[in-house]
Amino acid sequence: MGPARPADDPAGLPRDLLRLLTCGSVDDGKSTLIGRLLHDSDLLYDDHLAAVRKDSATTGHAGGQVDLALLADGLRAEREQGITIDVAHLYFSTPRRSFIIADAPGHEQYTRNMVTGASVADLAVILVDAAKGVTAQTRRHSSIVSLMGITSVVVAVNKMDLVGYAEDRFSAIAAEASDLAAALGLHTPACIPMSALHGDCVVDRGASMPWYGGPCLMEHLEQVDTAGTALHAGALPGPRLRLPVQLVIRPDHRFRGFAGTICEGKLRAGDEVLVEPSGLTTTIDRIITFDTDLDEAGPGRAVTVTTADEIDIGRGDVIVDPAHRLQRGSDLTATLVWMSETDGVTGREYLLQQAGRISTCRVSEVIGRLDVDTLQSHPAASLKLNDIAGVRIRAESELAFDFYEQNRITGSFILVDRSNNATVAAGMISGTDSLEAWDAVPGSTLERQRSSVSVDERAERLGQLPVTVLVTGLTGAGKSTIATALERELFDRGRTTVRLDGENMRLGVSKDLGFSSRDRSENVRRAAELARLVNDQGLIAIAALLAPNAAVRTRARRLIGAERFVEVFLDPPLEVCRSRDRAGLYTAADRGDIRYFPGVSAPYEKPDDADLVLDTSRLDVDACVQAVTAWLEARGFIPATGAARP
Amino acid sequence: MTRPTTSKRSPAADNPPSGPAQGRAEAVPDRAAAVDPARARLQRLEDESIHIIREVRAQFSNPVMLYSIGKDSSVMLHLARKAFHPGPIPFPLLHIDTTWKFSEMITFRDRMADEIGFELMVHTNAEGVAARINPFDHTSQHYTDVMKTQALKQALDAGGYDAAFGGARRDEERSRAKERVFSFRDRLHRWDPRNQRPEMWNHYNGRISEGESIRVFPLSNWTELDVWHYISANGIEVVPLYLAAPRPVVERDGTLIMVDDDRFRFEAGELPEVRSVRFRTLGCYPLTGAVESTAATVQEITAEMAAATRSEREGRVIDHDQSGSMEEKKREGYF
Repeated sequence: MGPARPADDPAGLPRDLLRLLTCGSVDDGKSTLIGRLLHDSDLLYDDHLAAVRKDSATTGHAGGQVDLALLADGLRAEREQGITIDVAHLYFSTPRRSFIIADAPGHEQYTRNMVTGASVADLAVILVDAAKGVTAQTRRHSSIVSLMGITSVVVAVNKMDLVGYAEDRFSAIAAEASDLAAALGLHTPACIPMSALHGDCVVDRGASMPWYGGPCLMEHLEQVDTAGTALHAGALPGPRLRLPVQLVIRPDHRFRGFAGTICEGKLRAGDEVLVEPSGLTTTIDRIITFDTDLDEAGPGRAVTVTTADEIDIGRGDVIVDPAHRLQRGSDLTATLVWMSETDGVTGREYLLQQAGRISTCRVSEVIGRLDVDTLQSHPAASLKLNDIAGVRIRAESELAFDFYEQNRITGSFILVDRSNNATVAAGMISGTDSLEAWDAVPGSTLERQRSSVSVDERAERLGQLPVTVLVTGLTGAGKSTIATALERELFDRGRTTVRLDGENMRLGVSKDLGFSSRDRSENVRRAAELARLVNDQGLIAIAALLAPNAAVRTRARRLIGAERFVEVFLDPPLEVCRSRDRAGLYTAADRGDIRYFPGVSAPYEKPDDADLVLDTSRLDVDACVQAVTAWLEARGFIPATGAARP
Repeated sequence: MTRPTTSKRSPAADNPPSGPAQGRAEAVPDRAAAVDPARARLQRLEDESIHIIREVRAQFSNPVMLYSIGKDSSVMLHLARKAFHPGPIPFPLLHIDTTWKFSEMITFRDRMADEIGFELMVHTNAEGVAARINPFDHTSQHYTDVMKTQALKQALDAGGYDAAFGGARRDEERSRAKERVFSFRDRLHRWDPRNQRPEMWNHYNGRISEGESIRVFPLSNWTELDVWHYISANGIEVVPLYLAAPRPVVERDGTLIMVDDDRFRFEAGELPEVRSVRFRTLGCYPLTGAVESTAATVQEITAEMAAATRSEREGRVIDHDQSGSMEEKKREGYF
């Protein structure tokens, strides 16, 4: 929008790029604030300013002054109404940074525009009118910001001039805004008092608020580090790899490359990769760009790769690392933001567009519509413009995806109306049918019955603190052997335990379940619920479960409580597991007699964050048990051998 | 009804695109982008644009890239080459020739088509030529409508294109600030700002019905300075008119107009004088204002811009007819 100013280098080359979203209601003075940012930073061209002066005389609302809001408001219709009707993008640079502002509208009927801006933003600025404080509108904006996964937030407390620049007024609003952020799971926002109209604490500090010691808005925007917030416009640094394939480049029979933008992780030439959804594996041969081949490419890079093997890869496939496969399923739970004037109805057919792939789907159920004032969910029959709702979606074919909290690109989708091709909803995937039982909500009339025995009393009696030891690994890794030996050792040391064995579960509690991913998940959920009960009685739970799905293990950890959960991953080489398999399960799986067998015909997602990793091909049973007891001792769950009670 | 005079120029046979037959380039680590924030910024813009260009190729059956010969078009062309490397650009480029472009632009256009080897289509509104529509006798509004907007619609209809790339940037003008990356146009190429598709993440909805089309703006998030830095960093060739040189100009209402050929109409008392000037945007020479400058290299241009206080479209006569005029042109189908 404006001239760049000389920076560190003589050619005026600005520094890195920050994409920010501004949200506020019609009267919070958001357009004025943006105009003030540009004006006071000397970022306006003379002719733009002159045009605004001319327009201010005829349509401006600033009573004779230059109406800074006109700088931000682009379209004629909105200038005449004095409101903002769409997302405007504004560009400016300071010596420290380049900025792209997505200016989202404030009034309620345009939630969809805010969602649009938020989907690619690194940071959000939420405006609050100092005279009005935190309003329903503030809650709505904050919950959308939270929903869209933006964790870096500035609360701009504007119009401080209307409250006499009073410190206590600002403090009260800042406290309320922080409480709201905490309730939404956002990081504590940076709260900054200001008057955009008079220019206090926007770019220049001014003399009106000597009690305020923090940074002005511009200073904060120039310095804030959003890289660590893990939602850098869909380009997340991480241990996993996600490369959705956009198209195949095949100029002639000699060359076949797969083009796409890496949306998570790093790719290196020579990496073993897996192609979703086919499950085929290959090795990356070259990473090609116009300028040069790369050894390595990181998140956000648009690349073309070739593979060592000629396997079938096409648009909509996703190249991943074999240890972190995508979720699969045709039934999923998602949060939808409805963007169409035509209501969304259950049972109607929509097109679901993911990265490169389009499927037919139906919204099978509206679980609940979010009331942004109370942050409570309420039953709803249909979806109206700007509704935010949890839904169940059933696709005609199986989908491959991540959850939105893990990846903004592979975890999101849009819904398209078949009749007019309009984009009717933005969707964020939160679960699959295999995780559905974990999310089930108990009847609202139920009440938890409390025990009269305290945690301390139990610890005193039992000489231990409750903990769940999850022993996970492939068939033949030694889970039951280690769990049984651990039980014996703890028993001999006077501790009280309950052993939950996956196979024993299936002989009773879970005898109705099979071995699909959904049923495996349910078996783990039941074991986790039992472990929680066991822990609540002060006992130590030892759970030996295959639990091949990382998301399922994470849910178990969350259900039991991360502070009393230890994950022990038994990791011998696959051939050792096979050699120990006296029941012949691997051979049966090889023949196809057993379907969905982890390690053969279904993935086993190795844990990244196991508390203990034990290679049972090199450590004997005693050494493994010793490793676990040492871990428990070190954290005070059990007393050290010979030591006094905790 | 005059037949559209779209002509097709084939790439020179002895100048094939840089093809897959080339040997394997030396592999390098992608570290520079991580270390230098300024380069990381241009990289982020480039990656986003390449993603958009590839998405169009994947979603549409018959795309075309508008080629205005200007600096933005030159960057867009370069990005298209990068997007499909080592293959050729898999769609034609289309130039709307009003017959009043700077002659250097036409020379440059033809040379680029030969050297890079893209398929070039050129279209002129023959009805407009027959009616002798020109920027001297007609208002800039009428002239632009006939020779640019109508010509563009003729060419798009004749080619049956379902997607057309344009090099417009959101930072150029206020009404462009709200433009989508995928901008929906109805059967009459009209733009309705109230009926555009929301765009979330990088999922672009390109579904259209018969006769409808999408205008695509891969440079939406670039600024003028980004464009120049990118040109500099990638050694992209631009029309020499962007660089300062002594040129014959007349001053009209404070605007410097270059006398590019003998069709120029002098007003009473006007005499061309030679001044050192360059152009920030290029279009039809009688409607394009020059700025006085001595910046003769791309580096000097970026340094000059760092101190600039006037916006780039100011040199365009057509934007100044009335406040909001760009928005009206866009509604009618202008790019």
